[in-house]
Amino acid sequence: MRESPVWAVVALPFALALLVYAAAALDAVLAGGGFRDPLYEGVRLLVQQRRRTLAPDRLLTRIGVVALPLAAVLGAVVVPLGGRAVADLTVGVVWFNAMEVVVWGAVWLAGWGANSAYGLVGGYRFVAQGLAYELPHMFALITAALGAGSLRVDEIAHAQGGLWFAVWMPVAFAVYLLSAVAMAFWGPLGHPAGNDLAGGAAVELTGPDRLVFLAGRYLLLVVAAAMAVPLFLGGDGGPLLPGWLWTLLKTGAVLAVLVWSRQWLPALRMDRFMTAAWTVLIPATLLQMLVVGIVVLD
Amino acid sequence: MQTFAFWALAAAAVGTGVAVFAVDSMARATFSLLASFLCVAGLLLLAGLQYLGALVVLMMVMEMLVMAVFMIMYMMNPAGLMPMTMVHNRRGALLVSGGLFAVMAAGILLVRWPERRGRPPADPTADLGMALMGPKMLVMMVIGIAILATMIASVVLAVRGGRYGRAEGDGAGGDGANGGGAG
Amino acid sequence: MSLEAFLLVAAALFCVGLFGALSQQSIVMLMMGLELMINGVVVAGAGFWLRVAPNADGQVLLLVAITVMALEMAMGFAVVTALFRARDVDMTDDAGDLKG
Repeated sequence: MRESPVWAVVALPFALALLVYAAAALDAVLAGGGFRDPLYEGVRLLVQQRRRTLAPDRLLTRIGVVALPLAAVLGAVVVPLGGRAVADLTVGVVWFNAMEVVVWGAVWLAGWGANSAYGLVGGYRFVAQGLAYELPHMFALITAALGAGSLRVDEIAHAQGGLWFAVWMPVAFAVYLLSAVAMAFWGPLGHPAGNDLAGGAAVELTGPDRLVFLAGRYLLLVVAAAMAVPLFLGGDGGPLLPGWLWTLLKTGAVLAVLVWSRQWLPALRMDRFMTAAWTVLIPATLLQMLVVGIVVLD
Repeated sequence: MQTFAFWALAAAAVGTGVAVFAVDSMARATFSLLASFLCVAGLLLLAGLQYLGALVVLMMVMEMLVMAVFMIMYMMNPAGLMPMTMVHNRRGALLVSGGLFAVMAAGILLVRWPERRGRPPADPTADLGMALMGPKMLVMMVIGIAILATMIASVVLAVRGGRYGRAEGDGAGGDGANGGGAG
Repeated sequence: MSLEAFLLVAAALFCVGLFGALSQQSIVMLMMGLELMINGVVVAGAGFWLRVAPNADGQVLLLVAITVMALEMAMGFAVVTALFRARDVDMTDDAGDLKG
């Protein structure tokens, strides 16, 4: 682990907050609202009175609600948002993967804790969806690491001087984007918190709890988009503009695509997604890895 | 600082381990087991084993979530809304495990442990990778085959229905429930 | 962080797990005990790696222990499911009885 400058630690929360708000605002605008809507909604949730269910497991609910943004932030420490990561671990990719798996626990706990049938069904849906997206996602991450010959995020970003990994690992990149959406249970893979369940895992969350949970979901989306930049889009490389600006621009572009997918793609049922993931995505990512391995060995 | 972190994590690991068998709610038991694993992952990270630490977090979160599903499936009172105990031979088990701990602790403190040979490598992850892909290739292959065998065996054991593909609904189960092994 | 400290923590975890494995009636809880025991083994392995022989062999051993944990759980649940299907049993005491 290399020492990182203090400004990286200070800048990270601001960058994350900015991007989270941008994502929420874009979503509101795409849905036909104004860009100030997330602000109003946030204030409304802050002052809203909590609704109670019968015999909830409050401790587990709280753990789940807090773990969601916490996991996203802990995953973000290895992402070089603006040139340098806060903690450039030697096993950065594995760390990122481990932190995003924590989301499984967070969503399930939030769904379980309220003692509500819809919430529990939402939690189970997310576990099933997790079993579907996690393996292709891991293979996509490993493919990028294999192409660079390192698990350190910084080195992966700088191994793409000539050609972005997104160009010659298209399958891995596509699977990464798909699993980013699945991980944040967003848009086409938002069934765990779907409208057919009246809000799924988040159905009984009210007030500040709901605010933290929903903000954590946007945070996950942001962190997943930010990680795509060093992994597949050449990190901070680019002509004319400074590196940090390129990182932000690329992150914003990926984030916009992810947010946009909610408005324009139909929802995918997790059992169908499971079948597709195990019969199509896993073989496809394995083949992609084989190709990359042969190229790297050559 | 490191020593403090070590003992805090150690105490949390053992404490949540005890909590697994002390709480009523199955969900809480599963997640305190998970907390114990996460503390152990922290200990591994403290020891400098970065890859294995992250791996423990990664695998144990997934494993415990799957475990939670089974827990709730097989327990009559998963939420712990009514207190209950499901133990047999509690005193004997306490005696055996307590006695074993006393013996082990005495042994740990009395034995003269050897001096360390060599120094930790600069990058333990690379060390592990080179070993697995080099001299320890056989271990890696055995692990791979064991995982594959486990996947097949557990599916064969758990799946309802026989050799004629996936059984839809309960009606097709029937006799197949007993003869699942035939698949 | 001496070797003794690591081993004491490992022994404590192992014995808590052993208590669970010996005393719990439910098969799922019993498996949690087994997992805790392997957890202790992992801590001991980390201690030995750090303080006795910091080479790759120790790490490979830890990797095997972690894999064993996952495999044990997968097989355990498969067996419980098969047992439950066949006998409607999820308690260790009943599993020993003959079907009647």
